[in-house]
Amino acid sequence: MYAYDQFDERLVRERVAQFASQVERRLDGSLSDEEFRPLRLKNGLYLQLHAYMLRIAIPYGTLSARQLRQLAHIADVYDRGYGHFTTRQNLQFNWPKLKDVPAILGLLADVEMHCIQTSGNCIRNVTADHFAGVAHDEIEDPRPSAEWIRQWSTLHPEFDWLGRKFKIAVSGAPHDRAVLKAHDIGVQILRDPVTQQIGYQLLVGGGLGRTPMEGKILREFLPREELLGYLEAVLRIYNLEGRRDNKYKARIKILTHEIGIKAFRAKVEEEFARIDSTNFGADLEEFSRIAAQFAPPAYDNLPDVSRKLEVAQAGDEELARFVEHNLYRHKRKGYTAVTISLKAIGQAPGDATSLQMRVIADLAEKYSLNEARVTHMQNIVLPDVRLDDVPEIFAVLRENDLATANVGLITDILCCPGLDYCALATARSIPLAQTLSRHFADPIKQKEIGELSIKMSGCINACGHHHVGNIGILGLEKKGAESYQITIGGDASENFALGELLGPGLPEQNVPEAIDKVLGVYLALRQPGESFIEAYRRLGLAPFKAAFKEVADAVA
Amino acid sequence: MLLLDRRGAKEETFTRIESAGESGGGSILAPFALIEEILAQHGDNRRIGVLVSNNVTADALEPYFDRLALIAVVFPSGTDGRGFSLARQIRRRGFRGILRASGPLFSDQFPQALACGFHEVEIPDANAARQPVEQWLAAANRVSLAYQRTHGAGENILDLRRRARLDGEAKDV
Repeated sequence: MYAYDQFDERLVRERVAQFASQVERRLDGSLSDEEFRPLRLKNGLYLQLHAYMLRIAIPYGTLSARQLRQLAHIADVYDRGYGHFTTRQNLQFNWPKLKDVPAILGLLADVEMHCIQTSGNCIRNVTADHFAGVAHDEIEDPRPSAEWIRQWSTLHPEFDWLGRKFKIAVSGAPHDRAVLKAHDIGVQILRDPVTQQIGYQLLVGGGLGRTPMEGKILREFLPREELLGYLEAVLRIYNLEGRRDNKYKARIKILTHEIGIKAFRAKVEEEFARIDSTNFGADLEEFSRIAAQFAPPAYDNLPDVSRKLEVAQAGDEELARFVEHNLYRHKRKGYTAVTISLKAIGQAPGDATSLQMRVIADLAEKYSLNEARVTHMQNIVLPDVRLDDVPEIFAVLRENDLATANVGLITDILCCPGLDYCALATARSIPLAQTLSRHFADPIKQKEIGELSIKMSGCINACGHHHVGNIGILGLEKKGAESYQITIGGDASENFALGELLGPGLPEQNVPEAIDKVLGVYLALRQPGESFIEAYRRLGLAPFKAAFKEVADAVA
Repeated sequence: MLLLDRRGAKEETFTRIESAGESGGGSILAPFALIEEILAQHGDNRRIGVLVSNNVTADALEPYFDRLALIAVVFPSGTDGRGFSLARQIRRRGFRGILRASGPLFSDQFPQALACGFHEVEIPDANAARQPVEQWLAAANRVSLAYQRTHGAGENILDLRRRARLDGEAKDV
């Protein structure tokens, strides 16, 4: 993990003091409300429906046991004993008091954490593959690149007042677990087939929200030393030329779409040619310094299979199911990455109590080299676990309502906070997620349905990634009532696709039966071994739409 | 209007004119649209400055760099950050005169303006009444470090780290 040096520490402490000063100057009238609002947002402090919300940055989702315990402590002392892990690998507290925020920031700084740029029209917290450093299919660990970008983008004086927010994600594996194509910039680490040199492919202009778009290739291959200079060129062109007349058209995706990727690329390349390349060497030195902190740990040489785990599984059906669904293949023999589902049946997706945070912190410390990861799917990963230790971990998880064996299944629902919390929402999302979770609770049924993602947003801004859910649900307000539009066929992976609408919106109570109809088509028509998304690609929208229509017509 | 730089408030030495016919006294600050006329009439004996909106390109300004003593980039609001990137381009392309940010910026943006290459900031009186010079000077160094080597004249973390490394190596010898 990256550890702060004296300079990182000083910068975060000074930023805390700066925010405290901004609050004071708002209270004494020096700053107008209009001026204070963006300053507060740039430090992660939102005003929600019922209270303030504080969003804490968890860069590329990485947490130490100590950091998790501190979050649990803050949840107990300053919030209501729980936190919400978000689709950007961050943590939100929903009930802090404004007067407590400086104290919370101080506690965060004590464990090398902050809320810098978790909101506002600036470069947001950088995300990455949650299996970084341990995935079997990885070309290079994306965390050093992500940390490098994090530092470069932190309090960047030129890019703090962009037309709109700007999100960057990094992946070091060919299988995309970081939704690169839905980011303003997606950074794909790859190896040049000819020179074998490691560098970056840059995608630009992806995004969800009210105008979903797939990121396009901006640069096929960028040598490492050019990454930060190139990002600077992209951000400068965006800052200068992105639209400012309409906030809904201000993201970089609209700029690249309106002028075309070729014209955008030409502008970036021209700007990049003017950038002072004498800094590149020094930047690389910094990259090496960061990368050294992510050097692989000293793994033991273990056998490929764990007899201990096999025996334990044979006598425990629930453990067997957990092993089947929640373990991910590690690059080292005898190790695994364990995903802890924050989607227990009927639970609000992504919520964890302070007790659960402490339990996970203990497990990370004892069994996973002191590290946990937040996934954009709102679960937690223990990345470096010995297969031999899985039974003990499972036993602890089971006692704490954390052992749900549903990763990648229909009840592993990704969901925004919706109208229960959010000032932007047009409909509630959590209650419907809970209903669906209960509706599909039967593990036999879930296994039969197989790999399938439901993603749900309570408004058009798409924090719940509904466009890229195999089944996407969008909550809207129609004539004073909540109405839910359903799309199918979305895909967040390297086979990126936006879902297509099945038909008119439905009242909440009809959504489960509509999804049953869709699943009925899949189960009836699928070929052996074919997942829902594969079947959809083969069959097209028509048969699903026809089945959906029966429900929609009955409602109408 | 309050005009200030990193040392504090300063006297305005440019006279704003709206047409080439006005002569003003001494140095002239005119809209960029008038630049050809102004240069033709006054270019030989006056210091010339131009007020440019933040959607003017650096390409359009560059041919005039040698003949301008001041470029004042207009910020229509504090939250429209185009001027920061324009300033960066203007400086990188070799403008040697004074670069001014003009508009309702707020004091927390002072260090950002300076880091992007502005020498001075000019703010409306109403804003200055809420945020006097002292607040701007206090804001300038509230965060004393930066990760960006390319921006600003202050200490950047990359160079500090490098120096610490070299010192460490020197001690090891």
